Parts: sequence; C-alpha cells; structure tokens
Amino acid sequence: MSAVIHEDHHHDEPPRGFKRWLYSTNHKDIGTMYLIFALVMLFVGGAMAMLIRAELFLPGLQIVNPDLYNNLVTDHALVMIFGMVMPAAAGMANWMIPMMIGAPDMALPRMNNMSFWLLPAAAILLLASLFVQFIPGTGVPVNTGWTIYPPLSVQVGLGMDLLIFSVHLLGISSIMASINIVTTILNMRAPGMTMMKMPLFCWAWFFTGLLLIIVMPVLAGGVTMLLFDRHFGTSFFDAAGGGDPVLFQHLFWFFGHPEVYVLLLPSIGVLGLVIPTFSRKPLFGYKPLVYFMGFLFALGLVVWAHHQYTIGMSLGVTTYFMIGTILISIPIGLMIFNFIFTMWRGSITFETPMLFAIAIILMFSFAGVTGVMLAVVPADLQYHDTYFVVAHFHYALIPGAVFGLYAGVFYWLPKWTGHMYDEKLGKIFFWWTTLSFNLTFFPQHFSGLAGMPRRIVDYNIQYVEFNQISSIGAFAFGLSHLLFLYIIIKTVKGGEKAADKPWEGAQIGTPGLEWTLPSPPPFHSFTTPPKIQ
Amino acid sequence: MSKSRMILAITASLMLGLFANPAVADYALNFPEPVAPLPQQMYDLHMLTTKIATIIMVVVIGFVAYVLFTFRKSKGYEADQNFHKGAFGTWSWMLVPVIVLGIDLTIAGSATSALEEVEDYSKKADLTVKVIGSQWKWTYEYMDDGIRIVSNMLPKEKAGDNYLRAVDNPLVLPTNRRIRFLHTASDVLHAWWVPQIVYKKDSIPGYINETWTNIEKEGTYRGQCAEICGTGHAFMPIVVEAVSPEKFEAWKAEKLQVAQAAAAEASADKTWSKDELYSRGEGIYNTNCSGCHQVSGKGMPGVFPALAGSKIATGDIAAHINIVLNGKSGTAMAAWGAQLNNLEIAAVITYERNAWGNNTGDVVQPADIKSARQ
Repeated sequence: MSAVIHEDHHHDEPPRGFKRWLYSTNHKDIGTMYLIFALVMLFVGGAMAMLIRAELFLPGLQIVNPDLYNNLVTDHALVMIFGMVMPAAAGMANWMIPMMIGAPDMALPRMNNMSFWLLPAAAILLLASLFVQFIPGTGVPVNTGWTIYPPLSVQVGLGMDLLIFSVHLLGISSIMASINIVTTILNMRAPGMTMMKMPLFCWAWFFTGLLLIIVMPVLAGGVTMLLFDRHFGTSFFDAAGGGDPVLFQHLFWFFGHPEVYVLLLPSIGVLGLVIPTFSRKPLFGYKPLVYFMGFLFALGLVVWAHHQYTIGMSLGVTTYFMIGTILISIPIGLMIFNFIFTMWRGSITFETPMLFAIAIILMFSFAGVTGVMLAVVPADLQYHDTYFVVAHFHYALIPGAVFGLYAGVFYWLPKWTGHMYDEKLGKIFFWWTTLSFNLTFFPQHFSGLAGMPRRIVDYNIQYVEFNQISSIGAFAFGLSHLLFLYIIIKTVKGGEKAADKPWEGAQIGTPGLEWTLPSPPPFHSFTTPPKIQ
Repeated sequence: MSKSRMILAITASLMLGLFANPAVADYALNFPEPVAPLPQQMYDLHMLTTKIATIIMVVVIGFVAYVLFTFRKSKGYEADQNFHKGAFGTWSWMLVPVIVLGIDLTIAGSATSALEEVEDYSKKADLTVKVIGSQWKWTYEYMDDGIRIVSNMLPKEKAGDNYLRAVDNPLVLPTNRRIRFLHTASDVLHAWWVPQIVYKKDSIPGYINETWTNIEKEGTYRGQCAEICGTGHAFMPIVVEAVSPEKFEAWKAEKLQVAQAAAAEASADKTWSKDELYSRGEGIYNTNCSGCHQVSGKGMPGVFPALAGSKIATGDIAAHINIVLNGKSGTAMAAWGAQLNNLEIAAVITYERNAWGNNTGDVVQPADIKSARQ
C-alpha cells in the first residue's frame, strides 16, 4: 500500500463549489457529510419521537391515528439506527481512523463517496414510505414496527415496498463503508503502527465493520424474501403456503442482535479515548479490552433468538440462548471495570466529553443489569414486549450509542474545526440531556411491569402518571438538542483557537497520530508515512 | 463546589430511583400480584434479579463516586502513569469473568426449574382452551365442550375506567384446575398475555403454542395483546373471570344450552321480520364491527371505510353478503363466514342496509346467506 502514499500529488486546496462534495474522495469531507447527514436525521427521528410522546401524553387519540402512530414508531427506530447512529459513527471513522493510523486517506476513496451518497437516496425512500400513506389508494401504512414481521408486513401497502428498497440501499451503503474501514485498518497503517498499538476506537470499528459485513446480507435476503412474498406469489413466510412466519424473525434478529453491537462498539471506542485523556493516564487493560471486544463480536453473532423467547422454542434451544445471552455480561462487565480502573489513580477533570463518559458508565451499567433480567427466560415471558423492554433498550442505546457519539463530537470538535467549543454550554447540554433522558425512560420500567405493552397508541388510565412524566422528560430531552445544534454551529463559525493537542492529556488518551496534525488538519494529511516512536 | 454538588445530586437521584422499585411495590410499580404457581415463580425470579441488579448498581455507583471524588485534578492528584503495568493491571482482567460468571450462573441456575415447568407438556390438563388471535379480537374454544366465545373490546361508554382492559365476553375459567392454553392466530401475529395467571407465548398463524396455568384465586384478571398486530393492536384487551369449579360447571351448562338454542334458531327455515333482524343486527354490529367501522357507521377516515352511505351497504345485496362472508383481501376486513351463523350475518347486513340513513328497506333472510354460502 506504500505505493498509494507515494503517488499522492494532489493540490492541498480542496476543489470549489458543489463538486467538492458531490465528487469527494477525501475522507475528511466525506466524514463531514456523514456527520451532517446524521445531525439532520437526529432531528427527523427526534421529531417522530416527539409526536409519539405527545400522543401518549394523554390517554385517548389526540394527534395521530393508530396507523400513523405505528408508522412513526417504525420510522423513529429506522431513522435513528440507520440514519443517525450508524452514519455518525461512520463519519467519525472516516475523519479519525486514517489520521490515527497515519494513512493519507481511506483505502477505497471512490467507494467511500458512493457509500455516503447512497444514504440520502435511502433516506428519501424511507421518508417516502411514511408520507405515501397520505396519498389515497396506497394501502395500509407501515404499521408493523421496525421488525417488519410478516404476516402483518404482507398486509401493508406501498409503504412497505419503499421501506424494503430503502433497507436495501442502507445495507449496500453500510457494507461498502465497512469493507472500506476494515481494509483501511488492515492495509493503510503507517510503518510501525502495529494492530496492537492502534487506538481503541480503531479496534472497535474493526469489529463493527466485520459484524456489518456478516449480518447485513442476511437482512437484505430476508427483506427480499418478504418482497417476493408480497408481490411474486412465494410463501417463504406464509404458513398456508408451506412457509414459516418465524423464519423471518430468525433472519431479522440474526441481523438485529449484532446490529446492537454495531451501534454500541464505536461509542465504546470513543470512551476508550475520552476516559484516559481526562484521567491523564493510559487506558487500563488495553489488551484484554481488545480481546474481549473480539469475544463480544463472536458472542453477539450467536444469541439472536433472545428477542424471540415467546415464539415457542424447545427447552434445549431456549436454555442455550439464555446462557449465551447472560454471558454477554462478561465482556461488557470487563469494559466497565477497565474504564473505572482507567480513572482510578488518575488526575481527573470534568470537561463535557468526560462528563458524558462517566454518565455512560453508570447508565450503561444499568442497561446491562436490566439486560440480564430480561435474559432470564421465565421472567422474560412476562417482560417481553412491554415498556420494560422499551426502557431497557433506550438505556442501552441512548447512553451506550448516542451519548458516546456526543462525547466523540465534543472531544473531536476542536480537532475538526480548529475552534474550542463553549465549555459552559457543553456542560449545560450534558446536564440537560442526562437528566431529561432519565426522566423520560426511568418511569417506563414501571409502566412496563404494571402491564403496559409496547407499540400501543392508546392506554388504560392506570398508566397515565408514568406516561406524562415520560412525555415531559421527552420534550425536555428533545429541546436540549437545539442547544446541541447551536453549540456545533457556534464552534464551526469561530471561537477560541484550538491547539494541535486541544486536551492536556490528549496524547496519553490516544496513542494515535491525529494529534501530530494541526487543528484543523490540512485537506490532505500524511502525504509521506509518519514515523512512529 | 457546585460541580461536586451536581454529581452528588445525580448519583443520589439515580440511587433513589433504583431503590424505589422493590421498596414501594404497591403503587403499580411492579408486576401485579400473581395468582398461579408459574407466574409466582416468575415473579420471585424477577424480584431476585431486581435485587441483584440493585446491589450491582449500588456497588458500581458507589465505586465510581469514590473514584471521582478522590482522584481529581482539582484536589492536586497526580496520575499514576504506571498503574496499568503492575500485577493488578496485568492480571485483573481475570477477575471480572470470574465474578460476573458467578453471578450469571446463580441467576441462570435459579431460572432452570421455572423454565422446565414452562416447557413441561407431559401432565394431563383438566381443561384445554384454544385461544385464537385475530384482527382485533380474541376467540376462545373450550376444546372438550364445544363452547366458543368471541371476546371484543368494550367501548369507552361501557368500560369506564377499565377502557382498553375490558371486554364484552370474558373467558371464564375454573380455579384449582390445570388449564392448558393452545395459542394460534387467524391472520397475523398476536400475543395473549394475562400477567397474573399466564405468561406470553406468541399466537402465530400456522403454529400451535402451548402455555398452562392453575389459577389459585377467584377474580377478574386483565391483560392486553402484546405483539403488534396492526391498526387495532391497542384495542384487543383480554379479561379472564376465574370462578369456583362448581360455578364454572353451571356456567358451562348454561352456555351450552344457549348455544344449542341459537344454533337451532339459526338453522330453522323461519322468515324473520325486518324489525327483528334490525334489532338483532344492531347488537351484533356493535360487538363485532364497530371496532373499525364505529358505532356511528362513519368508520375512521383514511383507515376504515364508512358504511353510512357506502356503495356496498346501499348497492348490490349479493356483493354486500359476499364481502361480509369472505372478507376483502389486502385490507383489514375479515371473513365472517366462519365466525357468525346465517341468522347473525343476515341480521347484521339488514342492520347495515337500514341504519345511519342507509334507508334501503332491504331485508336479508338467513336463507339468503345459506344459499350464498353454497
């Protein structure tokens, strides 16, 4: 790969106008586009969540009809997963991984361009699947939830076809992005940057990429079979035609469970940089963290049916999935343990990224213990499909994935823009989001235990109090993101000049090469391979 | 310092929130009281894991709080750059799997007996009920007695505070009998769940899933459909009336008599007057059809078509009979042919053709339905 590096004769000035973005093969520009796309989708998915919580504020039907409600529930999940968390994580990978490992760019820059530009197309299809219901004659709206289980998804009208095509595009996009990142990590490291010297973020994305390459084709196959059942007379999932509705669930969750780690691992990688930086002390147990991430990667691929405990599996199969699922607490426990011991005997300061990191340790541990509760099959036969599950996975995904990304944004904004963000506003944003997040989702554990099923548009009056607390929390949580947007715009426009190493402990935090570059880094970094001490 | 006070505040509120769960279990913070052995075991498991979870969280939060208060730069603490290289740094990774595995195996071990009982189908049941989920109601078939109950949601006016948790015909079950439920569905996935007496197993078209219970206490137990099943998912409540075995036998005998009388009435070649059919049809419509088409016959715009003034309810009678008997594929309209007898279908069609200003004056007789079925 060194040949690629020597052939680099580009000008250092970026091209002007829209061509810079449309034809871009520059990892920083593509990373920026990924991040902006994710930010836009954060507000789209957030608006859907606000509508959902507004409808649930009072019992009865006030704002949306049942089908539109179910459609919003479906699209909130898909937009947040495929439109927000994954592109944001991919944007960070694009920006940071080449700089961390001393590469001039991603290994496959043109494919990088394509994997980004498929996303807006997919997003348009996905939003079209929501809005098509307002055109008469397009059949039942997508009222299935993001799991799109047949036979319900076969009843749905045109919206489901648009959604299936959108999932195809999203799948192609993430497979290409993953191949690109894995290839970059394997082939583009500067001489002396061994795999075991890489920042944890690179390792996290390495496993994320491998997971996506393995599971995305299965989802694509599953939804294609669904498309055939809908239009071409096949009966893959229709019992009346000799098919099996449960088969789709297995295909979906073979993708869906590893997907949880796809969302989670990049944020764990960010924590692996943020916590040492602000503890001013090297990461505790780097090697075990890498190996246990590998263990998590392998285990994550073989426990999918814990999402389907209620389908009626045999005792042996159920027991296997229960034990496998409970074992996930080992790698997760080790991560929490090592992050706490990274802070142990450190010299801790509390900048915004660190505050998020600490909150993640606590709240993600909480998601972990409710996860173990849910893994216990007999108890899950009661928890299953209630708000307890909704609360659990929001505790896993918002701190575990989204807050990790926020930590990354604040951690790297100085590097990306060359300006320091407003620390005071950052801290206000942290406390605002964290408190309102807990206000939103903590009560949902109780409404779930009291018997409120998920995905219902209207509920019995016994659940009113918890739903109102939840809705108020959600509105505050949603509103806090306007501040987030304001902080980002303010930092992009100006602010205190950021040093090459904007954090005192930056070089301790990440052994990578990104801090050897100026802030912001030049359009083309590392035109000759850097030296590693 | 304000920073430390804020950290203290969030730590305290998190811990309070956690303790709130087992401590004040009365105000619908926890599962409702189980009244059957298996839900009781599940409840105990849930309480065990909740306690373990609380202890773990207290330890983690306490430890993190200690770390944050002790090792801060503002207190002049210098970082120990070699901490991760010592013996603890090298070998501590073995600690976590050992501790966590110990907790994990404790939990998994305590779950096995309940799990084996859930999956134990060898014992003979005293009573078997087939539970069929369909969009959006439950049908119960007492397999040994030939009794069939269709259970629809009660409208708000009748249900009051139990709206969305109340039905017209509850499932009646005896106490202290081993009851087996066979779960299936006629259209899409559903899940029958009454937390106090029986856990969830999905109702899947083409599958028969099995759960069992033994209700120990008389009473009314409520639940809801737990698996998303489309537009009416929120509107499929479940109510079980548990009565003593003697009362149950009496109820069964009465139910059988009524069912026989209704069957005899429907198969008799009697010609009914318009008023008789209309008033019967109104009752049948309000239990079976108003969930979607509404009591007012106006439907739900964009979701369920109106019947008031509709082409089908005011046009060709044969087409109207056909859609009620066979449903309409690709829509939520179900086929009622197997669920209602000839008299009931004739009555409901007569009602629909004459109510809400659909003054067609048409009268549909059971004999018409009988010939349409052939």
